[in-house]
Amino acid sequence: MTKDECKKVVLDIIADIAPDEDLSNVKPEVRLRDQLQLDSMDFLDIVMELRKRHSIEVPEADYQQLASLDSCAEYLTPKFNALAAKG
Amino acid sequence: MKPARIVITGVGLTAPNGNNLAEFRQNLLAGVAGIERMEIRYMGSQLAGVCHYDPLKYQKKKEVRVGTRAGSISIYCAREALADSKVNFAALPKDRVGIYIGCTEHGNVETENEIFNISKFNYDTKFWSHYHNPRTVANNPAGETSLNLGITGPAYTIGAACAAGNMGLIHATQMLRLGEVDFALCGGVSESIHTFGIFAGFKSQNALATHDDPKKASRPFDKARNGIVISEGGCLYTLERLEDAQARGAKIYAEIAGYHVNSDASDYVLPNPVRQAECVRSAISRAGLTPRDIHLVNTHATATPLGDIQECEAIRAVFGEGCPDTYINNTKSFIGHCMGAAGALELAGNLPSFDDLTVHASINVDDLDPLCALPNLVLNQPRAVAKVDTLLNNSFGMLGINSALIVKRFHP
Repeated sequence: MTKDECKKVVLDIIADIAPDEDLSNVKPEVRLRDQLQLDSMDFLDIVMELRKRHSIEVPEADYQQLASLDSCAEYLTPKFNALAAKG
Repeated sequence: MKPARIVITGVGLTAPNGNNLAEFRQNLLAGVAGIERMEIRYMGSQLAGVCHYDPLKYQKKKEVRVGTRAGSISIYCAREALADSKVNFAALPKDRVGIYIGCTEHGNVETENEIFNISKFNYDTKFWSHYHNPRTVANNPAGETSLNLGITGPAYTIGAACAAGNMGLIHATQMLRLGEVDFALCGGVSESIHTFGIFAGFKSQNALATHDDPKKASRPFDKARNGIVISEGGCLYTLERLEDAQARGAKIYAEIAGYHVNSDASDYVLPNPVRQAECVRSAISRAGLTPRDIHLVNTHATATPLGDIQECEAIRAVFGEGCPDTYINNTKSFIGHCMGAAGALELAGNLPSFDDLTVHASINVDDLDPLCALPNLVLNQPRAVAKVDTLLNNSFGMLGINSALIVKRFHP
C-alpha cells in the first residue's frame, strides 16, 4: 500500500463517520480537527473502523499519530504493509 | 392557593400515519391506518407501525448516525412543537426550559445492535461501540433534544411503561406549577420497533398481533383481536402557564384539567380494572368534574384479549349507563401501540375534537366483542357530536402503572 492509498482509506472512514463534511479539499499536512468538525469520539471511530475493516490496531499512546492525513499515512502505511506481508 | 393553570400551546408529532397533527387527524377521520410489514432481526417479517418523518429536517447526518432513533424522534417532535407554538425560541431563557419525555424502555435497540455487531467478531468486546453508553442511558432522548436545541434546563426521561406519554405531560404540569421551569417540552417517544426483544417478548406472551392485512391487524374490541401491533412514534407538546401563554398571544389547544397516577400492585403484566377505575375516578374528581362531564374517553386498549375487557370493565364502573354525552374511542386501531409515545399521540389525535366536534372512530371492529360493548363506543366511522369540552386520556402500563389525564376546552 502506498501512502496515498493509505490516505484514501482514512478519508473513506472519515466520509462515513462525518457525513456532513466536505472532504474534497482536505489538506494532508493540516490537523484534521483544524479543518473538519471532528471530536474525540470521532477519533475513536477512526480507531474502531481501522480495527473492524482492516484489522489494524492503534494503541491509545499512538492516537496522536492520527492527527493529520500525512501523519496517518506515515504511521499506518507500514502497519498495512506488515499485515499484507503476513498474508 | 390555587395551582397555576397550565395550557397546551404547541404539538409536534410523528405517528405511523402522519408526521404532523393535521395529517394525523385527517387520517384518523378518514380511517387510514399506518401499519405495515417490517423485517425484524431473527424474527423475519412482522407487523409494525413505522414512522416516515424526515430525520434530516432538523438533524445533521452525523447527529442521526451518532444518536438513537428515540433521540431523533424526540428532536423532530420538539422542533415541530416549538414551530407550532410560534414561541420566540431565540428569546426564551434556555435554562428555564424543561424537557420531560416519557419512555417505555430505552437502550434495548442499541444493546441488541452491539451484541449483533460483536457476534460478527467472535464476541470480542473490543469491537463494542464507544457510543454504547451515551446511546443507552435512560435520559438519552431528552439529552439529545437538549443538545440539538441548546436547552440548558432540566432534560430527562420518565420511565412509566406504556403510561409514559401521559406521564410526560403530567410531570411537566407539575414542574411548571412548582416554578421549576417556565416553558416545557413534554410527551413521549418510542423506538421499540427496532428491538427484536419487544416483538419476541410479546410473542412469548401470546400477545403479538397477526393478520394477513396489516391495516386490519390492530383491532381493539373486535372479537377476533389477537394482540398488540408494536409501533414507534413520538409526540411532544409545549406547555406553559396560562398567563405566559396569554402574554405572548399564544394559540391555546387545551387546558390541563386534572390527572391521576396510581399502581395496581397486583401483577407484572395483567391489568387491574379496580385500580384503573380508581385512577380514572380520581382524575375526574381532581379536575373538579363528574363522569357525566367527560365528553370523550380515549381508551388505552391494545387489542389483547384480556386487557381490552378489563379496561372496558373499569370504564363501565366509572361511567355506567348514566353518561349520555360521553363518547369512547381508541387510536391504537390506526397506529398500533406506540409504547412510550402512545398516551401523548392518542391525546393529540383527539385534541381537534374541540374544534371539529367529531369523535374519531375505533376502526377494524368487524365483530364487536360483547364484553367490550360500551355505550357510545364509536366504531368504524367517526361521529359528529353536540359537545366536546373535556377529554379523558387513559394510558396504562406494565408493572401496573395507571395514568389518566384530562384536558378541557380553554375558556379564559
